[in-house]
Amino acid sequence: MVAGFLEPLLADGVARQGSQSGWLAQVRTRALEQLIRDGLPGPRNEAWKYTSLRAIGQRRYARSDPAAATRPIDANLLDLPGVEGPRLVFVNGGFRADLSIIADVPGMELRSLSDVLEAEPDSLREFLSRSFDNAEDAFARLNTVLASDGVVIRVAAGARIVPPVHLVIAGAVAEKELAWQLRCIFDIGEGAALRLVEHHVGENGHGHFGNVLSQLALRANARLDLLQVQNGAETASLTRRTEALLDAGAHLEMRSIEVGAQWMRHDLAVRLNGDRSRFVSRGVFALRGRQHADTRLDIRHSARDTACDIVWRGVADQRARGVFHGAITVESGADGSDAQLSNKNLLLSDQAEIDTQPVLEIHADEVKAAHGATVGQLDEGALFYLRSRGIGPAQARSLLTLAFCRVAFDSIENGILREYLDTLMLERLPQAADGDSQTKSSQ
Amino acid sequence: MLTIDNLHVRVAGKDILKGLSLKVNAGEVHAIMGPNGAGKSTLGNVLAGREGYEVTQGSVVWNGKDLLELEPEERAAEGVFLAFQYPVEIPGVNNTYFLRAALNAQRKRRGEAELDSMQFLKRVREKLAVLHLKDELLHRAVNEGFSGGEKKRNEIFQMALLEPKLAILDETDSGLDIDALKMVADGVNAMRDPARAFVVITHYQRLLDYIVPDFVHVLADGRIVESGDKSLALKLEEHGYSWIAERKLAGAA
Repeated sequence: MVAGFLEPLLADGVARQGSQSGWLAQVRTRALEQLIRDGLPGPRNEAWKYTSLRAIGQRRYARSDPAAATRPIDANLLDLPGVEGPRLVFVNGGFRADLSIIADVPGMELRSLSDVLEAEPDSLREFLSRSFDNAEDAFARLNTVLASDGVVIRVAAGARIVPPVHLVIAGAVAEKELAWQLRCIFDIGEGAALRLVEHHVGENGHGHFGNVLSQLALRANARLDLLQVQNGAETASLTRRTEALLDAGAHLEMRSIEVGAQWMRHDLAVRLNGDRSRFVSRGVFALRGRQHADTRLDIRHSARDTACDIVWRGVADQRARGVFHGAITVESGADGSDAQLSNKNLLLSDQAEIDTQPVLEIHADEVKAAHGATVGQLDEGALFYLRSRGIGPAQARSLLTLAFCRVAFDSIENGILREYLDTLMLERLPQAADGDSQTKSSQ
Repeated sequence: MLTIDNLHVRVAGKDILKGLSLKVNAGEVHAIMGPNGAGKSTLGNVLAGREGYEVTQGSVVWNGKDLLELEPEERAAEGVFLAFQYPVEIPGVNNTYFLRAALNAQRKRRGEAELDSMQFLKRVREKLAVLHLKDELLHRAVNEGFSGGEKKRNEIFQMALLEPKLAILDETDSGLDIDALKMVADGVNAMRDPARAFVVITHYQRLLDYIVPDFVHVLADGRIVESGDKSLALKLEEHGYSWIAERKLAGAA
């Protein structure tokens, strides 16, 4: 029995799968059955302890936007300063060839999922046969059942792609509130390199529920630089699951900026599967109003001499709520691994809340590991230092808060992009309002 | 210009300043010396407006205004500058950005035009040249990873750039080798001006070889117990602070 959220989405789900090729139909049927059996996870599910699905579970969304292909959207929304290259745009879950820029880049195949599914579905079997057997992965199951479009990027062995690929996932106001699905597959060949930007934007006022499932495969010695800028509409809901599998010597370098969406959940699962593979993650969430953001990292060291280096920051103002769960598991046999996780959080209001939980499990030998998490306020000493030089308290606070967040992106070499991210963060932080003290001093 | 009258200050429930009085006129350099724990740094902090310093009695008048009523940023705009004994590291805030924000916030508060980045950089280069500093300093985060000497030099650089009317140097000489000490002193001397006053707080006489004060005051147990000209500093150097205490005892007997 499914009710509420799932009911309209799964209404004719069983009928749909009849038209698909054998293995894919099987995978989808299985996910559907699991979803019907387990529904959405409740508060007793450990993975959803701090993020309630109660409100979402009661909402009813339409499964697709019939006008997604033609819906007008503000072109300025789609731009990201400093990022110029191939661009793939999805609006309300539908691919928009008219807004995309698909250049022919040697060594890289860039297609929509629906296109590949039509022509050669078996080439994606490795990715699409993935099943989700834990009830906590309800949205990945939903995505498995329903996603009919998304992105496929395959980089040939040895190809080092220079222009960054800009993936824009946009939400636009529609007649109905939608639950849209996107499935993204990135396959970076042996020794290949790619830079990718996953960019979420949205028109304010829509309350869509977005569900993105991304799979990244980094073959031996491949490198992927992934920047995620989540600046979705503050009225929208978004859930993402990003899975990465790293072969020997592969390197995944991630920067994540989370400022948008009313309700946001991101599961990031990285498996360091080959010797010497390495995962670097810098991230920040900055929340205000009644925003809720839950970031859940599940990093597994499965091979020798693997490394992860994770630094995340969180800021919550007003009545916002942030959740950070950083789990690192060093599996037996993953000797010589190095696991570092640091998570610092800043509360800017008495009513804001941040829950952070670093978890480290080690089953191997000669492992170097450190993890730490803090929740605090701005440093009074630094505030006084700035004020003693003439900077008003509001500006001083926003300067210090921005500095705190900058850890997530200050290593980005692209100066224009970095400056844009500065601006984006500043807009989200408490605004400088030193008017009061100024009137006082002019007496 | 600055009149401190019978100032009593309590920190964390403990009386630190117990009736300190001091008058500083434009163009003068006053040295405040004294043993550890006498209240030297408390004086600097209370003048700059740091929280946690409770004034229980007395007054501080600065250019006709009640200084103690002003917020720290208002004091800065009124021309009061404190060179910190322990400058704060602020990772992620670029030094140039910080200085420009500070200068323009002060100018705005005073009703002066803000400097654009060209005007600002011109001024920065002038000051760097006077202090013989490298512009590498500008590209770093405020004090982050700076050595003790670099931090103190950065304080002097900020002072040069902000051009205060009253500069309070809180043990700026501590932890400096002789070259860095001379550099700091050169920076201060270059800024000596009939319109500008300095209060130099120091534990040692050494700094006063390079920054020659007009007045030397000895601060002990929360008040000024002895004032004189620069020769007082030399006597202190020779006899130590116990000499003051003995003289007081002798005077009382």
